[in-house]
Amino acid sequence: MSTYAKKQGFGATLWDFMTTVDHKKIAILYLISGGLFFILGGLEAVFIRIQLAIPDNNFMSAGIFNEMITMHGTTMIFLAAMPILLGIMNAVMPLQIGARDVAFPFLNSLGFWLFFFGGVVLNLSWFLGGAPDAGWTSYASLAIHSEGHGVDFYVLGLQISGFGTLIAGINFLVTIINMRTPGMTYMRMPMFTWTTFVVSALILFAFPPLTVGLFLLLFDRMFGANFFDVAAGGNTIIWEHLFWIFGHPEVYILILPAFGIFSEIFSTFSRKRLFGYSSMVFATVLIGFLGFMVWAHHMFTVGLGPIANAIFAIATMAIAVPTGIKIFNWIFTMWGGSVTFTVPMLYAVSFIPSFTMGGVTGIMLGAAPADYQYHDSYFVVAHFHYVIVGGVVLGILAGVTYYWPKMFGTMLNETLGKFTFWLFLIGFHLTFFVQHFLGLMGMPRRVFTYLPGQGWETSNLISSIGAIFMSVGIIILLINIVITSVKNVRVGNDPWGDGRTLEWAIPSPPPFYNFKQLPLVRGLDAYWIEKMEGKKEMTPAEPLDDIHMPNGSIIPICITIGLFIAAFGALYNMDNKTWSVPVIIIGLLITFGSMLVRSLKDDHGFHIHKEELMDDKDKEVKA
Amino acid sequence: MTNQQSNSANPNLNLAFRRKQNAEEMKHQVITFAMMIFFTVIAFVMVAMDSISSWFTIPVILLLAAIQVIFQLYYFMHMKHKGHETIALFIYSGLTVGLITVLVFLTIVWL
Repeated sequence: MSTYAKKQGFGATLWDFMTTVDHKKIAILYLISGGLFFILGGLEAVFIRIQLAIPDNNFMSAGIFNEMITMHGTTMIFLAAMPILLGIMNAVMPLQIGARDVAFPFLNSLGFWLFFFGGVVLNLSWFLGGAPDAGWTSYASLAIHSEGHGVDFYVLGLQISGFGTLIAGINFLVTIINMRTPGMTYMRMPMFTWTTFVVSALILFAFPPLTVGLFLLLFDRMFGANFFDVAAGGNTIIWEHLFWIFGHPEVYILILPAFGIFSEIFSTFSRKRLFGYSSMVFATVLIGFLGFMVWAHHMFTVGLGPIANAIFAIATMAIAVPTGIKIFNWIFTMWGGSVTFTVPMLYAVSFIPSFTMGGVTGIMLGAAPADYQYHDSYFVVAHFHYVIVGGVVLGILAGVTYYWPKMFGTMLNETLGKFTFWLFLIGFHLTFFVQHFLGLMGMPRRVFTYLPGQGWETSNLISSIGAIFMSVGIIILLINIVITSVKNVRVGNDPWGDGRTLEWAIPSPPPFYNFKQLPLVRGLDAYWIEKMEGKKEMTPAEPLDDIHMPNGSIIPICITIGLFIAAFGALYNMDNKTWSVPVIIIGLLITFGSMLVRSLKDDHGFHIHKEELMDDKDKEVKA
Repeated sequence: MTNQQSNSANPNLNLAFRRKQNAEEMKHQVITFAMMIFFTVIAFVMVAMDSISSWFTIPVILLLAAIQVIFQLYYFMHMKHKGHETIALFIYSGLTVGLITVLVFLTIVWL
């Protein structure tokens, strides 16, 4: 019984997606909304590069420029990269461990809607009196003095979307710990599942400090508290610590799933087992742990003292070790393998040098004395774009191309994919390579313009031209998606031909219950093992039986809309608007009322009966 | 999670063994409970006695508190049983992250 083959009207499809608790549909929601925010953040980047293309440019004012850089950073990190990665995790991880859904399908949907409406709150600031303008780090010394409501939008938007991310992280942890199929031990989990696991733990530990920091900032700005106001006895450095205690693990939250995606791609397209699997697992866990012990390397110039700087510098250097282990393992995976250069593989191969360059400048920045030279210059901008674009964005593009057939049942066009790849890669290096030298020549980051005659003109122009290349690459990707969806050529279980893990053993896209019978896993790369023994599918681990499935629900959206309304009440409360308190109360009533309904109304889900699951083959076996 | 359960429907299976185990469990709980009360009494007495310096009292009370938390987790919340490895891993990683933060704040932010 396949529901997805039925033709539905637009309204029915919309309602289906609004109420869905199916991890595969939530993955699509994450991908679409993350993709929209990615385009928004990309447009902001293009505007920044237009403004900086020539000296003394007046394409936009200094104030608008500050809003652009703040929203570019915030959007790309919180609303584009992380949701798209959460989308890929949602689509793939339950399939890789042989589960029928995540552990808490209702919370999965709630997590998505919280992220989405948080992002909407943040971006509505453009239309309601100006976007946040204190940088994506929103340092308190600047943020508490920011005029207008921009920073309030930042605080409330991130607070709401942060709840969503935290919920998603906890959900994935419980799923991986409890819902692995028989035989799927921890050390047989695919690398992407392992990185999802470690990333979820990082989300669990890293987001609470951000929540605390945002609440303190909220109280400072809206209720006259003085946590960060030095004149009133506060300490503005506490925000920097809280932000980076969250912020440094956050960059690992972004890069580790990309590592996982690349690990899958390398072994698939080299037709080899991932080299040094157990050391890869060890390195991932170690990066996760060390990620919490290095945050002060963002604050070397604050004046923490030589001892603190030295300790954090050494801890930072230590991270290079597990990362190096990973780089060499990927290279050794390709070594002696039968390598095919499909689009995902091209991304993966180009990722190694691109990301390593970002890693090397990271070591340079991590050396505390040298950091005084690089700090707040374009060198830093070049560094983190090399790791985030050269690592995370290449990972996202690779992952989306690689898992597109599993998510949508169609293959993206390889030729157009190669155009996107080359344009994006060349554009990326054009844009950011020269920025290293701009930084070393003294160009500070976050300046809205610069004077001619300092030797910065040519490099800035090259940088802006690179941005055009990247934009064209992404436009071709969008065209590719449209063409592929219109043509709608369906593919089979294992469209790349060399799938190794469980997700390739089931149809693309999988039926809504994923596995008719849970598969039996007999080792790492479970599907590959069966293929090597000449089998076409996995051995079932259980007899065919009724499957218990959760019901869809509109309540997650109701809970979120309540918070969305309350956020606007809180925002305008400091203007002494009379309507603000009732709006907060109405919003919270909607939220807690929806939660109450959810708690009191029993929802036991439904069963798919085994008679419905039987196809002709099964019936013959029965008879 | 508590691995002491029998997977047989027969209630008399291993009855003697399970009774013995439950008695053992009960004994542990009574001992830890008595010790926890004893620790609490020590804490109160130390605070009440003016002759003991607070530089001695405070660390001792903190130490007793830490031991009580461990008793609570391992004996009353069954963390000593099998099947709690993941939970222990997450408790200790969270503790590490939290304590590093507190340590850094104590050394370079507040003092």
